[in-house]
Amino acid sequence: MKRLFFTLAAVLFLSSPLISEDKESPGYKVGDRAADFKLENVDGKTISLSDYKEAKAFVVIFTCNHCPYSKMYEERIKKLSSKYAGKQVPVIAINPNTAARNDESLQAMKVRAEQKEFNFPYLADADQSVTNMYGATRTPQVFVLDKNMNVQYIGAIDNNSSSAKRATSFYVEDAVDALLEGKKPTVSFTKAIGCSVKRPK
Amino acid sequence: MNRLFFIFFLLASQTMLEGQSLPENKVPFLSFGEFEPLLHRQSDTTYVLNFWATWCGPCVRELPHFEKLGKEMAGRKVKIILVSLDFEEQIQSRLLPFLKRKKIKSEVKVLSTEGQQDWIDRVDPSWSGAIPATIIYRNNTKRVFYERAFNYSELKSTVLTFLEQQ
Repeated sequence: MKRLFFTLAAVLFLSSPLISEDKESPGYKVGDRAADFKLENVDGKTISLSDYKEAKAFVVIFTCNHCPYSKMYEERIKKLSSKYAGKQVPVIAINPNTAARNDESLQAMKVRAEQKEFNFPYLADADQSVTNMYGATRTPQVFVLDKNMNVQYIGAIDNNSSSAKRATSFYVEDAVDALLEGKKPTVSFTKAIGCSVKRPK
Repeated sequence: MNRLFFIFFLLASQTMLEGQSLPENKVPFLSFGEFEPLLHRQSDTTYVLNFWATWCGPCVRELPHFEKLGKEMAGRKVKIILVSLDFEEQIQSRLLPFLKRKKIKSEVKVLSTEGQQDWIDRVDPSWSGAIPATIIYRNNTKRVFYERAFNYSELKSTVLTFLEQQ
């Protein structure tokens, strides 16, 4: 019996790292501390999280020019940015596809940001290092960080991509509002259909 | 008169048959509840479900592989279904013309993105929601899920592993 137990324990011990490695996707999970970055904005300046000394939280959004889901959320990202501008919660967009497509180049991002009057920084992750570090897989995908840069929410902006009016859950706003009240977000992870992050050839 | 009726019947059935062989004429628009049984068919057929959309570049580039697979696997127990996540309001204006232009022969179903936050996990827990994504399964015995695009040889060899086990 003892031997059986031992064998069983050994099997579990040997197999468990394999299983967890298999299921583990790279990148941040809720609770992880996010590293800072330094990326070029469409205005030519570079931006880091540490530039925002007084920030009470951060909304980091991986998004891009061409993805229809990204486009559908542009106005909502602008609204988020203006809503939280006075509350020391910067909304920062990062384009993971800059190097992969011509229509995602920094120049194309500048055009998009001007056309759509972005009121938030739109940064080019030219070598995808930040995208990989965060583990962003699609656009748009949001990471809400608390003031200590711990990841508190990963996922969609709300629960209706095609219509802001028909959305009934506002995940990012709820997460930020909770953090501003010193609470943990009730919903800390959501999934959504989106465009895959494009890898350079 | 009988004969006329018979000819008419022949013509009618001919058109119906043609209608069936041209999937671009009509595609079903399904809620997740209506779609879900397709993820769990209990038969000896291997199901290849590809999640895609006309607005997704890598998906569109990958489609010919599924079409080719369909041709090569004709007569074998393989069912390919292209699960479109196109927007409902673009089915007529965009999806159907696309299917016609590309002469898509595989079966196409449009899955409503309504309730996606709840159903993405029910397709596969490892799916983040990005497309293209493909699920291949045969009843309860084997199931694989990929959140990425395939090249043809990868796709074919993966499907063959399902058939060889039979």
